Amino acid sequence: MEHITFLVTVVIITALAFDFTNGFHDTANAMATSISTGALRPRVAVTIAALLNFGGAFLSVQVAKTISGGIVHENSGISPAVVFAALIGAIVWNLATWRFGMPSSSSHALYGGLIGAALIGAGTHAVDFGVVVTKIIIPLVASPIVAGIAAAAATWLARLITRRTDETTSGTGFRAGQIASSSLVSLAHGTSDGQKTMGVITLTLVTCGALPGGSTPPVWVIIAAGTAMAIGTYAGGWRIIRALGKGLTDIKPVQGLGAQTAAGTVILASSHMGFGLSTTQVCTGGILGAGVGGRTAINWSLVRRMVAAWCLTLPAAAVAGGLAELLARTGTPGVVGVGVIGAAFAAWVYASSRATKVTAGNVNTVAVDIPAGASAAVAGGLLPGTATTQTLDSAA
Amino acid sequence: MTVNWSALGSTAAVSLLLTVAVVVLFSLGVAALSRRPAEASTDASAATPAAPAAPRGPLALPAATLCFAVCAAAVGYGLYLIAAG
Repeated sequence: MEHITFLVTVVIITALAFDFTNGFHDTANAMATSISTGALRPRVAVTIAALLNFGGAFLSVQVAKTISGGIVHENSGISPAVVFAALIGAIVWNLATWRFGMPSSSSHALYGGLIGAALIGAGTHAVDFGVVVTKIIIPLVASPIVAGIAAAAATWLARLITRRTDETTSGTGFRAGQIASSSLVSLAHGTSDGQKTMGVITLTLVTCGALPGGSTPPVWVIIAAGTAMAIGTYAGGWRIIRALGKGLTDIKPVQGLGAQTAAGTVILASSHMGFGLSTTQVCTGGILGAGVGGRTAINWSLVRRMVAAWCLTLPAAAVAGGLAELLARTGTPGVVGVGVIGAAFAAWVYASSRATKVTAGNVNTVAVDIPAGASAAVAGGLLPGTATTQTLDSAA
Repeated sequence: MTVNWSALGSTAAVSLLLTVAVVVLFSLGVAALSRRPAEASTDASAATPAAPAAPRGPLALPAATLCFAVCAAAVGYGLYLIAAG
């Protein structure tokens, strides 16, 4: 363990911090619909999600050998400093989107941070833009549409089949089904996203010589990653849960079942076939499809803002990761500086969120109320005056 | 850069079919559950009969059980896929 330097320790702690934000950002994907329909009480829902996220970390025997699935060439000068900058970029974007209750992909934030930091730290040859298109852009477009169509068809048929069924039986039945499908999504999330953090930590340990090349994650890494995500999940990003569960459409139990089953199926089928995708986008697509199939009104203005946030996630996290790497590559003082700026940003976001607190107690009581300029403000804070911000303004 | 469109298409088709199949089976199970013979029903639905046209019969409970069992098998297969990575 004498190989574990200051920088490596910082990377491990930051990776666990990212895992925490990943957990609370993505609780909504599995549990928003179940909380919204009352299938599970809010605290019970996040407890189940936390336990399943933790358990999911231990489920897969597949080795987390790459951080990025080929997007970044990991042997072309990706130093611990680059990984650190990437994690800070991803955390910053996750916190900013959480502040505005925007569900956005934690995986895309991590990839974006890695791309930005790798471009600055190692040059353009370190990033495979072909893989960016096949692994990020195409799933970004395709997966929510597939989940949406599947959920719409399933919800429409389910309503047709149970149209003469009494409300009590169908309500109870569909809520039970919701719990099962939500739990499956939660477990899949724990396995896939937990492995990303384990991969980051394991690769960093390999780079510094603390572990031999090609090592599997040590047990303490699995426990630490599972725990960090479970704590984050239990903290329950209530803002995002409210946005997904109450903001998009009025979710009935039958729609919750349709949406969550579609999301779970798309996630499992895609990861089985080797397509990486965002749990967030799939779940949002499923909820929208269930809304269409179940004939409930949909808040399209919120949908447009969410889609804008999805499209911004990769470039915004890349900019944040790149800026962090500019500072971090100067040496230990630079790394400390990035860490301090990151921690200050986190503290500021948390402090500014206190005024409009969303908790387990009020997650279902108020309709979502996101100011019209919110996502533009998110972008403006990170990318002042860029063309991307202009595009977002016209989209929103 | 090559995009494997046929794999993408088959993933989409499989997702669509499996979702619809599982939800339809589950709905059939729920519908069957509400058509158990009235005396077997212990909840409030006995007091307020369901939609009048819904036929009831002794096969309702086995049918519902079968539907839910197939859904549970689908969830089990999902668990297997997660664990197999």
